Amino acid sequence: MKDLQRRHFLGLGAAGILATPFLARPAFAATDKIQVAGIHDASGGIDIYGRPMINCLNLAVDKLNAAGGVLGREIELVNYDPQSNMQLYAQYATEAATRQKAAVVFGGILSASREAMRPVLDRYRTLYFYSLLYEGGVCDRNTFCMGSTPGQTLEKFTPYVMQKFGGKKVYVLAADYNYGQITALWIEKFVKENGGEVVRADFFPLDVNDFGSTIRQIQAAQPDIIMSVLVGGAHNAFYRQWVASGMKDKIPMASTTFGIGNEQVLTTPDEHNGIIVSYAYFDGIQTPENEAFKAEYYAKFGDKADAITEGGAMTYHAVNLWAKAVEMAGTIEREPVIEALESGLSFAGPAGLTTINAQTHHNTLDSYIAEVRDNNYVVLESFAQQPPSDTLAVCDLKVNPTDATQYVVEVPK
Amino acid sequence: MDYVAIILLQTAISIANLVLISAGLAVIFGMMRVINFAHGEFLMLGGYTAVIATQHGVPLLVSCFILAPVLVGLVGLVVEYLVIRHLYGRLLDTMLASWGVSLILIGLVTVAFGNSVSGISTPFGSLSIGRFSIGFYELFLVAVTLVMVIAGYLVMRYSRVGLIARATMQDRDMAASLGVNQRAVYRATFVTGAALSGLAGALIAPIAGVVPTIGASYLAKCFITVISGGPAIIAGTLSASGLLGGVGGIMTFLATPVLAEVALLAAAVVLLRVLPQGITSKFFRRSQ
Amino acid sequence: MKTPLVTSGRLGAVAMILAAAWALFIVPSGGDMTLILSGSIYCAFGILALSLALIWGFGGILSFGQTAFFGIGGYAYAVLALNIGNTTTAALLAILVAAAMAAAIGYFMFWGRLGDVYLGVITLVLSLILYRFINQTSGSEWKIGKAPLGGFNGIPSTPILNDLDGNPLWPEDIYVLCVVALILSYILCRLLLATYFGRVVVALRENELRAELLGYDTRLYKLGVFSIAGGLAGLAGVLFANCVFVSPNMFSLTTSSQLLVWVIVGGLGTLAGPVMACFLLLAFSAWLGTLNAGVWLDPNLVMGLVLTLFVLVLPKGILPLMRSGCDRALAAFRRPAPAAEPGEAMIGEEAR
Repeated sequence: MKDLQRRHFLGLGAAGILATPFLARPAFAATDKIQVAGIHDASGGIDIYGRPMINCLNLAVDKLNAAGGVLGREIELVNYDPQSNMQLYAQYATEAATRQKAAVVFGGILSASREAMRPVLDRYRTLYFYSLLYEGGVCDRNTFCMGSTPGQTLEKFTPYVMQKFGGKKVYVLAADYNYGQITALWIEKFVKENGGEVVRADFFPLDVNDFGSTIRQIQAAQPDIIMSVLVGGAHNAFYRQWVASGMKDKIPMASTTFGIGNEQVLTTPDEHNGIIVSYAYFDGIQTPENEAFKAEYYAKFGDKADAITEGGAMTYHAVNLWAKAVEMAGTIEREPVIEALESGLSFAGPAGLTTINAQTHHNTLDSYIAEVRDNNYVVLESFAQQPPSDTLAVCDLKVNPTDATQYVVEVPK
Repeated sequence: MDYVAIILLQTAISIANLVLISAGLAVIFGMMRVINFAHGEFLMLGGYTAVIATQHGVPLLVSCFILAPVLVGLVGLVVEYLVIRHLYGRLLDTMLASWGVSLILIGLVTVAFGNSVSGISTPFGSLSIGRFSIGFYELFLVAVTLVMVIAGYLVMRYSRVGLIARATMQDRDMAASLGVNQRAVYRATFVTGAALSGLAGALIAPIAGVVPTIGASYLAKCFITVISGGPAIIAGTLSASGLLGGVGGIMTFLATPVLAEVALLAAAVVLLRVLPQGITSKFFRRSQ
Repeated sequence: MKTPLVTSGRLGAVAMILAAAWALFIVPSGGDMTLILSGSIYCAFGILALSLALIWGFGGILSFGQTAFFGIGGYAYAVLALNIGNTTTAALLAILVAAAMAAAIGYFMFWGRLGDVYLGVITLVLSLILYRFINQTSGSEWKIGKAPLGGFNGIPSTPILNDLDGNPLWPEDIYVLCVVALILSYILCRLLLATYFGRVVVALRENELRAELLGYDTRLYKLGVFSIAGGLAGLAGVLFANCVFVSPNMFSLTTSSQLLVWVIVGGLGTLAGPVMACFLLLAFSAWLGTLNAGVWLDPNLVMGLVLTLFVLVLPKGILPLMRSGCDRALAAFRRPAPAAEPGEAMIGEEAR
């Protein structure tokens, strides 16, 4: 009889295995720690964007804990790695919200990953911070976007570049996805406003690494300036092929993306010296806050750690803004914390002063223009307190608090 | 005028590129009738070898022409010994296992070097034609491909190795009964195919750069070329590359590279409906 | 000779019924949303695994690109639902679109009498090209009616299936729908294989030439089973679109390789095996992501090792192994009674 029972058990194996996640549900909710979740790619094709963000998240939480936590409670951070897979983003967001019962979720890299998580976190009423620069337009009371948007950088960047290089004809090369397409439209708008024209815009899927025919097209079009919105490892080949075709010193180049994946380390100085870029954070910013932040970062993660990107710095700001809001509200409940954040909360950190804009739940932040030189950035100019003008044009959460969409910002022609 | 010249050059470059990246796959397919799914990863390994060796001070041409083929050839030998030789005669299982190998290689390279490494600069400077300029290195690749094809032809036509290879391709059972050691032939084929892919991957690395998943971006092109070409290694690859590379090169100028690839697939599917065994099953049948 | 009361086949059937009952009646009332969402996704993928298990394990057609029909089903659903508004019609049409696409590709492959190797490559290249095509459709010019294709980001606004009053279903309802769809798909495959048509398909796998000499038009039967599997993959795509949303990832090489691994690990020539392996491996990779193991447990590396090892060492997969182990144990228990015969639920296994 004993044998038969064991066999029954074997036969039921399938059911038993399915049941494990159910049985293994940990009882987090009962502890006194504040649960916080981080969902960023630590592996897969876009881990290069994720790693500095994860580092900065860990650093921010550790610092808060070392200073006695928030509301006197320790923060427990759980990092999930969706392996660059959108369906895992949705699964982990659900897990963080319902099983871990996180008070807040920091995460998301590509827009697709944010859009996979946002409805889930809305549904389970879990506060969400997204920290990478993106194309703008998210209008959602539950979501706070920390990164810069085209309206904050390009408005100043485009005329600066046109003036510096004395050119009117701009040729745009962009990654073929949402961000690249919308950014290209913004570039066109600002180029026109400054009396120039976009002679042509080419779009490349993220895995394209052969730019031979494009370089011939550029040579045929004879533009004054190249604007690069290329993204990711494969697109790095463009800078190489550009130099190989002898074009390096013939047409100057500016970029809205060079460096968010640490391109300045992955290409050689021959290839990148002289490219002009614009973000809301550079590790070359010389302020006491940034120097101190960098020292802590490299002390914690070693000299060879990934260079700090805008996404990383904004994650650090996001955690601190959330902590401030919780202290102010005196609770981790979502509603009071959102109200505290909407009260115009600001944080002065490595990226300067950033202030939450209550109308859009985006950041008012400082934007910088820098030149890439010898694997580093030299900051050329800074513009204080840029409002998220693009999203402001379409989104008002004070009037429509139930809004939860991403508007495609219509670029005025 | 300069526009026409540059389009012709660009087309020649895309045809040569196709021949270069498909050669290793064609050798294995022609001899063993198996599509090696790890082909893209052999290209990728060649690229990594070239990039890393060059960054450690090895001259580029040495790392491309010697280090990469030798190293990837060795990887091919290991893969053959550990995996492929156990599956001879089971075509589909061989393909499945080579898919597994491809995933393993991507995984190993990711673990070892991460998802991104810095590239190396393209050497040799550039040539100006009117408004246009084109890298000498790309023209150099066309020359290398030509030399490779001619050398391949001479080996197949005049050497003893070539004789054995041709015999095996025509009638493997007869060749075996005449005393050709099938196992040895297969092993040599697999290693040669891997080494050729390593060479090709190394040669394109200074232009294309390297990421662990770069293989996937070549896979579709290589597969279409080789199966459209059919079993004759040299004639098949050349005719298919000429046809597809020519069409693709022009389509790239007229539309976008991706739409060109979509057109290629459609062409290949129709072609295979008409000539199920590829171009060389009907034309150039007496070639190698 | 009388079939003994307890056989591995019957035990398996009991296990499946219990698992289905647990999934349908106990899980939803537990209110564990994580389990409900993961369960929905796993069931959608389970149907995809069934579709490949059917054509590869029983029809002998190895499609390396079954994900093509998975993606087509999902995208067709999203596009149709955004345009016509009625999600039920859209879902049914999407399944038909996927099946029709499979029929069209099947026509070229089977009437061209392509060999196994060519067939594998063509199907793989099909999904690769679809992936790259969909990936470059983020421009505003890529619109089908009211539906922007969205390129790399996919269509986050993929509509959720509606109930009778036109309100979108709750995640709990989607979950029940996915489980029921998986169970029905499994029963459909079982019934199909028990029909005349199904037996001819299995005969083709065993020996195509002989079947042809016996007067069967093998191309027609292959086309039939390939289209049905295409429809199943389309259904999986529709359900997946309702759990997450459609994106080019549905066509990706990663999805294709996962699918192959599920079928070969679960057991070629079985239907339950691939579904089981699909659940286990998906749960495994979700668990990997919570470990923070960093680079050492690279998903590609793990997947590649599993695939290669199974092809080399255990080409029949886990389920047949479990069955024969179970049978042997039962036989030992019944000794000196004669060895157990395979039960009714094992048509595929004995044909193998």
